[in-house]
Amino acid sequence: MTEPAIRARNLTRRFGEVVAVDAIDLEIPAGRIYGFLGPNGCGKTTTIRMLCGLLTPSSGDAAVLGLQLPGQAEKLRHRIGYMTQKFSLYEDLSVEENMRFISRVYGLGAATADRRIDQLLERYSLGNLRGRRAAQMSGGQRQRLALATATLHEPDLLFLDEPTSAVDPENRRDFWEKLFDLVDAGTTILVSTHYMDEAERCHELAILETGHLRRQGSPAGLMAELEDRVIEVHGDGLREVKEQAMTLPEVRSAAQQGLHLRILLNERLEDPLSYLQTRLRGEGLTLQMARASLEDVFVASTRGGDKP
Amino acid sequence: MNALNRIRAIAHKEILQLSRDRITFGMVVMLPLIYLLLFGYAINTMVRHVPIGIVDLSGSMAVRAITEQVRVTQVVDVVASYATPAEAEAALVAGDIRAALVFPHDLTQRIAGGESVAQWLVDGSDTMVGNALLALRDMPLQLDAGEPRGAYRQSEPSFEMALFFNAERRSAVNTVPGLAAITLTMTMILFTSIALVRERERGNLELLITTPIHPLELMIGKLLPYVLAGLLQLGIILGLGGYMFDAPFRGQMSGLVIITTAFILANLTLGLLISTFATTQMQAMQMTMFVLIPSILLSGFMFPYDAMPAPAQYIAEALPATHFMRLVRGVYLRGAETGQLFGDILWLLGFTAVMLTIATRRFNKTLD
Repeated sequence: MTEPAIRARNLTRRFGEVVAVDAIDLEIPAGRIYGFLGPNGCGKTTTIRMLCGLLTPSSGDAAVLGLQLPGQAEKLRHRIGYMTQKFSLYEDLSVEENMRFISRVYGLGAATADRRIDQLLERYSLGNLRGRRAAQMSGGQRQRLALATATLHEPDLLFLDEPTSAVDPENRRDFWEKLFDLVDAGTTILVSTHYMDEAERCHELAILETGHLRRQGSPAGLMAELEDRVIEVHGDGLREVKEQAMTLPEVRSAAQQGLHLRILLNERLEDPLSYLQTRLRGEGLTLQMARASLEDVFVASTRGGDKP
Repeated sequence: MNALNRIRAIAHKEILQLSRDRITFGMVVMLPLIYLLLFGYAINTMVRHVPIGIVDLSGSMAVRAITEQVRVTQVVDVVASYATPAEAEAALVAGDIRAALVFPHDLTQRIAGGESVAQWLVDGSDTMVGNALLALRDMPLQLDAGEPRGAYRQSEPSFEMALFFNAERRSAVNTVPGLAAITLTMTMILFTSIALVRERERGNLELLITTPIHPLELMIGKLLPYVLAGLLQLGIILGLGGYMFDAPFRGQMSGLVIITTAFILANLTLGLLISTFATTQMQAMQMTMFVLIPSILLSGFMFPYDAMPAPAQYIAEALPATHFMRLVRGVYLRGAETGQLFGDILWLLGFTAVMLTIATRRFNKTLD
């Protein structure tokens, strides 16, 4: 990897008294899908907006595609694409009219625009919807249109703000396939999400909570860090077992998942199984070690998972 | 130029949207028509059945004949008679009658001498009523059989007039060009304020701000199509209104287009400013009303500017409609040259520049 696509130092944004983003350091490599995982209000959108040059940081700075922020936001606009959380194209315009409008906004010549529009309509299977108004399209179709429009000017860096919140799982899958195609072509993608399965597809992740960067790394690496800290409990009366578990100092969280209880420990213990076995009382409980999921990572790295 | 291309892209998009938004498009055309009919009908109707009183100091037989002739004009209804002019005046103040017809002691001599036969005491506080009665001043009277005293041979007015409460007479013929001012105030402010708020409500703005579009380009691009819509409205009002209500166009077309464009721009930019305050289309509409009502009342459309008290005049001076009202009456009715009205044009252009600057500034702020 050469120069990172995004490098941020001490990036901070305050809205009055509230600190929306608190001293975040980032280094996002080019040609990767980088995910921001966090609950609503964790500062994902604010961070993305600062990295687009839409918001001026209260302190700290960033270099995006080698351009300094704050300062060179105008230049940056031509090289980034942005897909908003909510569908933000014009519902009363057709697919083609929307694309043509955006192509003019980015100053694409007529010939280039024609070529790109044909190409993207084909790639995102929108060819037969060319004259359809956006208002009459399904969630998945709108999302493909939004992606097609965001990539019309072939940006080097693509920001996707919770891109799949309005689409079904199958469309989500297809959508991610398209994202990997873009990455193969050299685009860097920054995606924010609160879906674990979506976060797991990213090359790298940053876990955000209340404006703080809690954790950073590849999904696999982050999960590996939690080895030997996740235990599944099978048996009856799991609600009571959960109550018991939550009183133990070493237990970080306990959550029921279908027929079993999933317990996350605070620290790696010598023998976690016997630690719990000796302390949990219940009829016919069986305990076994489990592979950490991204949700465990999320719970382990955020304070939201703290016991009251 | 990239900026020009972007402005063109926005203007083009705006026209596409406008052509699909049937309600807005309908408003562009229908609103002037409806206003024209409403306001036009109200001013065009002859004033009828104004309640008056009779004061007969002469005891002459002629009183009956003259009163009857006045009554058959249908302009007035004789509802009372008083013994003295003082009583009639009191009734006038109390609002029981709008005018009194006073026949003097020497009525018979006056008829013989060809002088004015009687005096009208008119409540001038309602200009419409006042003007209708003033029109009776020169009505021809048939005073004795066989010798018609038609208008063609009359040297003296039939009546003497005394106008109460509002000594200066202002003509109310200006309604058609005035309507242009009101319609444009209403629609131009409303359309732009809504157009931008709608983009925010629907989330379009969130996307636009990530593109290379500069706020100023966005604003200008959005305004341009509405300038055309405004000129179309002007055409409807002055064309149809001039024809329907016989308000002749005396000025130069180029002057008319110049002043109207300046006025449209002033309103559009005011609409833009409103849109930076309003968060919903409903709020934008309410704020538009906030400007519209004073524009109707204070601009000189309803009440003469000169008759307003100073504080009202100060407020009126801050409204684009007031300046346009002066301009359009000047150009349309008096045939004034644009150069003679330079001050008001300059004011409108200055207003536009100020509004656009503040709106662009505020628009920037909303992102940060």
